[in-house]
Amino acid sequence: MYRYDQYDQAIVDARVDEFRDQVQRRLSGALSEDQFKPLRLMNGLYLQLHAYMLRVAVPYGTLDSRQMRMLGHIARKYDRGYGHFTTRQNIQYNWIKLEQAPDILAELATVEMHAIQTSGNCIRNISSDQFAGAAADEVTDPRPWAELIRQWSTFHPEFSYLPRKFKIAVIAADEDRAAMRLHDIGIQLVERDGAVGARVFVGGGMGRTPMIASEIAEFVPVDELLSYLEACLRVYNRHGRRDNIYKARIKILVNDLGADEYRRQVAEEHAAVKALGIDPPAAELERIAAMFAAPALDASAPTDLDRSDPDFALWLDGNVAAHKVAGHAIATISLKPVGGIPGDASADQIDLMADLAERYSHDELRVTHSQNIVLPHVRIADLHAIWTALHGAGLGEANLDLISDIIACPGLDYCSLANARSIPVAQKIAQRFGDLGRQRELGELKLKISGCINACGHHHAGHIGILGVDRKGVENYQLLLGGSGAEDVSLAKITGPGFDEDGIVDAVEKVTDVYLARREGAERFVDTYRRLGMEPFKEALYG
Amino acid sequence: MADAFRYRDDAVHEEPAVTLEAFLAQTDASAVRLESGDDARALIPALDRLQLVEIAFPTFRDGRGYSAASILREAGYAGELRAQGDVLVDQIPLMRRCGFDSFAPEAPVDDEVLARSLARYDDVYQTTVDAAVPVWKLRHG
Repeated sequence: MYRYDQYDQAIVDARVDEFRDQVQRRLSGALSEDQFKPLRLMNGLYLQLHAYMLRVAVPYGTLDSRQMRMLGHIARKYDRGYGHFTTRQNIQYNWIKLEQAPDILAELATVEMHAIQTSGNCIRNISSDQFAGAAADEVTDPRPWAELIRQWSTFHPEFSYLPRKFKIAVIAADEDRAAMRLHDIGIQLVERDGAVGARVFVGGGMGRTPMIASEIAEFVPVDELLSYLEACLRVYNRHGRRDNIYKARIKILVNDLGADEYRRQVAEEHAAVKALGIDPPAAELERIAAMFAAPALDASAPTDLDRSDPDFALWLDGNVAAHKVAGHAIATISLKPVGGIPGDASADQIDLMADLAERYSHDELRVTHSQNIVLPHVRIADLHAIWTALHGAGLGEANLDLISDIIACPGLDYCSLANARSIPVAQKIAQRFGDLGRQRELGELKLKISGCINACGHHHAGHIGILGVDRKGVENYQLLLGGSGAEDVSLAKITGPGFDEDGIVDAVEKVTDVYLARREGAERFVDTYRRLGMEPFKEALYG
Repeated sequence: MADAFRYRDDAVHEEPAVTLEAFLAQTDASAVRLESGDDARALIPALDRLQLVEIAFPTFRDGRGYSAASILREAGYAGELRAQGDVLVDQIPLMRRCGFDSFAPEAPVDDEVLARSLARYDDVYQTTVDAAVPVWKLRHG
């Protein structure tokens, strides 16, 4: 794990001081709300329907038990005893008092955490593969690269007032567990002639105009990466649209220019900036990478398991993935209990997960973009003890990647932008398909719900997506099919007219019935949809 | 218009700034004002006769001026570089890092807040056109 040196710590401490100053000026009236807004947003503080919401960064989704316990402490002391893990691997607290926000940041800084650039029209938290450093299929651990980019993007003076927010994801495997191509910049680390470099995709995103990022560079070597990103951002900062907030993301610029013309402009800009000494020497990546050295894992650890408890066996089959070191496994903790709020965890649950990480997972946890938590380095022999502890705390759900493992935005229950509630719909769907046997019969099925067109719930990337809209003052839910945020990336299509709250639950059931009746072989829901097209599903819904 | 202030020792340039179009047409002009959509690179062939570039910030949210300033400094422009318009105190440290050395904000800037802001960060992560040494360089000598 990355550890701050005196420079990193001094920068985060200065940020706490700066934000305290800004909050005081707001409270004294020296700053208007309009002037304060971009300042607080750049520090992850939103004004929602009922209170302030603070989003805390979890860089590339990695944290240790000390940091996790701090998240539990903040939930207890400053919020209502819980936190909400987000689709960008962060955590947010929904009931924050403005005057306490600087104290929260000061507490976070004691464990090398912050809320820098978790919102606002700037470069946001860098996200990554939650299995980084543990997955058998990775070229290298992507997190040192993500940390290099985190530092470069932190308070970047030229890119703090971009046309719109800017999200970057870094992965290093062909299997995409981070929705990489739905980011403003997606980076896949690849190997060429023995060297690792960055394959750079630009212009992906969801929102009201979803787009899949185009490949802009096939291989950028590490010693040119930051200057290349600087060129990508500069072209956007200069030429991205600022006249219409809905057309301001880089995806619109890349689409309007065309990928070839955008690539040409970036290359021209890169030629101008790469001689300026922006890129750190390779030794800096090596310094960072040394801190991400794999833990010492005993490859001869026992691999036999007692599967006699059927609930444990289900969890093993559903939530445990192969580790690159024999005798070990990657365990995903579902934050999607049936009837719960997707991504929420209580302070006690957060503490328990911290304890398990410390005891069984070399002190490491990960947050996933699907709003679950990962213990990345556990011994196979310890899985039963881990599951027993999780099960006792309401965290033993064996539904990873099944229909009840839903991504949902906070929706109209919290968010001032929302048109419709998301959480109750997620709960009703999870309850309708509550039987785990039925869920397993449906297999991998990614269901994602957004409460408005901004798509924070990733509905465009759902095998089944649901979009809440306001129809003459009544919540109405549109159904989408066929999206994916993974390596088979695709954008979901709307089936037709929307449904009311109960109707959308029935509609989901109807399309899954079509799948069960028509699937061939080992097809997943999305595979059957791709083979058959929309018609049979439409027929079942509206025929 | 509030008081302007600058971080330069040379005499204030008296000639009024003209539009980019006028500047490119008038070969004796030495001061230009860039609107936020103007292309700063158009000035590069004429840098040697420029003494003042004023960059407009029609709203504090419009960040194009940060890139325009960086481009001019990277190209070697050493004259006065002024941020004019909706320039807020919390933005000035970032603008300084992009090469602005003169400010003409529309609303007054609190001197004490500005002094605190400019002194707050000892270290920076990036190489820009200012003299600050990025931490990666401090780490590796």
